[in-house]
Amino acid sequence: MVKKYLSKIYMAIIFIFLYAPIVVLAVFSFNESRSRGNWTGFTLKWYVELFYDRDIRLAFYYTISIAIISAIISTIIGTFAAIGINSMKGKTKSLILNVNYLPVLNPDIVTGISLMILYISFNMDFGFNTMLLSHIVFNIPYVILSILPKLKQLDVHITEAAMDLGATPMYALRKVIIPEIKPGIVTGFLMAFTLSIDDFIISYFTKGEGVTNLSIIIYSMARRGVRPTINALSTIMLTVVLILMILINKRTSAERVSKFKRKEVKE
Amino acid sequence: MKRLILIIIILVMVFVLAGCSSGDREVLNILNYDIYIDRDLLKEFENEHNVRIKYDTYSTPEEMYIKVKAGASSYDLIFSSEYMIERMIDEGMVNKLNFDNIPNYKYIDQDFKNHPYDPNNEYSVPYFWGTLGILYNKNTVDVSSNSWEILWDENHSQRIIMMDSQRDSFGAALKLLGYSMNTVDENELDEAKDLLLKQKPLVMAYITDGAPDIMVNEEANMALVWSGEAVAAMAENENLDFVIPKEGSNIWIDAMIIPSTTTNQPLAEKFINFLCSTEATLRNIDEVWYSTVHTEAIKEVDEELLNNPAFNIPQEDIDKMEMFRDPKEFIDLYTQRWTEIAVQ
Amino acid sequence: MKNRTKYFAYPYIIWIIIFIALPAFLVLLYSITTKESDGITTIQFTLENFKNFFNPLYLNILWDSIYLAAVSTIICLLIGYPAAFIISNAHLSRRNTLLFLCILPMWMNMLLRTYAWMTILGNNGILNNLFSLLGLPTFNLLYTKGATVMGMVYNFLPFMILPIYTALSKMDRGLLEAADDLGADKKTVFIKVILPLSMPGVISGIIMVFMPAVSTFIIPQLLGGNKNMMIGNLVERLFIINGDWNFGSAISIVMMLIILLSMSIMNKFDIDKEGGARLW
Repeated sequence: MVKKYLSKIYMAIIFIFLYAPIVVLAVFSFNESRSRGNWTGFTLKWYVELFYDRDIRLAFYYTISIAIISAIISTIIGTFAAIGINSMKGKTKSLILNVNYLPVLNPDIVTGISLMILYISFNMDFGFNTMLLSHIVFNIPYVILSILPKLKQLDVHITEAAMDLGATPMYALRKVIIPEIKPGIVTGFLMAFTLSIDDFIISYFTKGEGVTNLSIIIYSMARRGVRPTINALSTIMLTVVLILMILINKRTSAERVSKFKRKEVKE
Repeated sequence: MKRLILIIIILVMVFVLAGCSSGDREVLNILNYDIYIDRDLLKEFENEHNVRIKYDTYSTPEEMYIKVKAGASSYDLIFSSEYMIERMIDEGMVNKLNFDNIPNYKYIDQDFKNHPYDPNNEYSVPYFWGTLGILYNKNTVDVSSNSWEILWDENHSQRIIMMDSQRDSFGAALKLLGYSMNTVDENELDEAKDLLLKQKPLVMAYITDGAPDIMVNEEANMALVWSGEAVAAMAENENLDFVIPKEGSNIWIDAMIIPSTTTNQPLAEKFINFLCSTEATLRNIDEVWYSTVHTEAIKEVDEELLNNPAFNIPQEDIDKMEMFRDPKEFIDLYTQRWTEIAVQ
Repeated sequence: MKNRTKYFAYPYIIWIIIFIALPAFLVLLYSITTKESDGITTIQFTLENFKNFFNPLYLNILWDSIYLAAVSTIICLLIGYPAAFIISNAHLSRRNTLLFLCILPMWMNMLLRTYAWMTILGNNGILNNLFSLLGLPTFNLLYTKGATVMGMVYNFLPFMILPIYTALSKMDRGLLEAADDLGADKKTVFIKVILPLSMPGVISGIIMVFMPAVSTFIIPQLLGGNKNMMIGNLVERLFIINGDWNFGSAISIVMMLIILLSMSIMNKFDIDKEGGARLW
């Protein structure tokens, strides 16, 4: 019995540790005073200020559009690549898989600077395009890695049978393979989307021409000092995430979500 | 499923098109320091001239130089500091201005023209000026010595904020030693480095741009800051004050230049002219709190601001100030030592 | 007929070459050449950049980063293991909720989570205000090595809890009963059965915490006040401020090697190749 209480207390401490900062952020987003640590009164003015902040609005727009576009493109490329890689054999396959792992294993900062060097070598102007490209680059490996297991489970003979019966590869793909691996594709898409929204380091090295994302804005605000507008922003973001999580959680068990999120070894 | 995909695609198109709807407008690409303009002015210029402004920021001149030098950018207008502008002019990275497009240039005070970084006033239009000094809390710090030594006072260990900017931090140390802020003498620089290393255990943090906030919250006792940061902080907390040490300090001029990467110089010049109007200047002063180079705007500034020595910097202090010069290839002497201090 | 689908991968192979292999090659190229002096574009090969790194100054940073990352990893393990253990033993209905609560903070932007600690740890922050309310002395918490470690533990703790939980929950309960039946006391069961079986989870947890921790540059910057540089900060500084891409590239290569090396060492310990122990 004592043990049970001990473990309850232990978990409570862990959750206080995990949630205290978040609660603090949320509470102080309603604080009248700008100074941290002192509560002087309730206000919504930081939320109003947030709404009028051109930088944050723009960054929000870029974050979302880059996340959607990069997730769609990397899901398409990744799906084809995964199907192709799956039907390869031997050394080529393991070579491709290993290179594919590189952006996953590499520290983000190394991926970021290597892409920056690449764009400079090609004399590309930094901006929306470079950031989008970079997001696609680091998203694809995750899409592939979430589709490959599904392909392994797929019965090869079904595809062969379809093609033997006269189906073109594209037809077989559409009617046989894709429906079978759909869960993998959806996971890959969602993962690409969240990775893209969350990314800071790679975007930081490939931004330009007025194109930033929310992470970069938060970084520069945090460096400058305490701004209650960040608290307001984070409270809104947290609420959105919370709602999304509860919706997703209704569909899938937490265990699956955890597996999915766990793949993000990224910062 | 198919319907879902269709909806997503339509949403994306709407989203992207909404963002690109300005595609036919002329674009002005600006690179400026963080918090260094009244952002509403951008919006107004956009509406007035039916153009679109892409606005980027940076925090130190060195960072800006690398970014532009790397070549993968097409900025039309850059705000930076005199020593970096000097370097960029030297390296042919800056276009000459057509002053016919900048009639408001006449408002720029003669004191800020003809400086060595742009001796014939061909490349740059001054924006703001200021100095380097110590922002301190009157309740905790005794500045009667009026010396840079205050920053080395062990009584304030872990309550001193330094700037994460090599020229400024070295500047303070060199002045304390009685040397020029522009020295290229390795021995003098080594002495300054030793001094900064000696200070490191006392330093709370090395921060650019964040010091005023920490000072306003009274979490630190003093900070090495630029004058405008001091004005902003003093406006929010009356316990704060600003001192320019007796050994002399740095006087800097930030100016606007048009880099050779520009694709729309006339528009950039139009924008420079817009910022040189009295109204825009007054609004910028209200936002950034640095000392103005504008002969008309200064007449309309509040009494209170004019009494603030961090805004209306006393002539006797100015007389002892030194402007940064581009050390050319000797810049590596600074960079190398600053990196060594940072990693120690 | 059989292998026709493999052509689907060909566009991606081109993609890999341009966007993964070429950038990596360029970093390598920069790392073994000198900074071009103005006007001369000839490439000069050199090992100077790597030699430079063996300056005690920089080696110290490397050592510091590994040390701080290792300390954070160990703390995560010490805190995370019992948590994972408790969750895996919880009643099924509560298990999902507990797990959900562990994951939720990860969905918040990492920079925000780090920033939150600035509010808490500041000299006039919440913790110090609390201390002075209770009549306790206040401390310098923010801008210290401790704050950096704390930030890393906070950000990466869930990465430790989850894989250990996965390993523990996969464990065959029959084994525990068997050990119990054979008269082993609880301590022995834990040391002889539970711990070895959860090792794959522990190892992947260590990898997932250590990897991002050793290369982070945000946490030492925001919480460490730029005083104690880690290797990530050095790379960032060399690229963004100093413009010394050659040296920066050399350090990036070193970083890559450290990660790949620690991965392969950890993989040696990783017995359960197909299980939850791997990254995926």
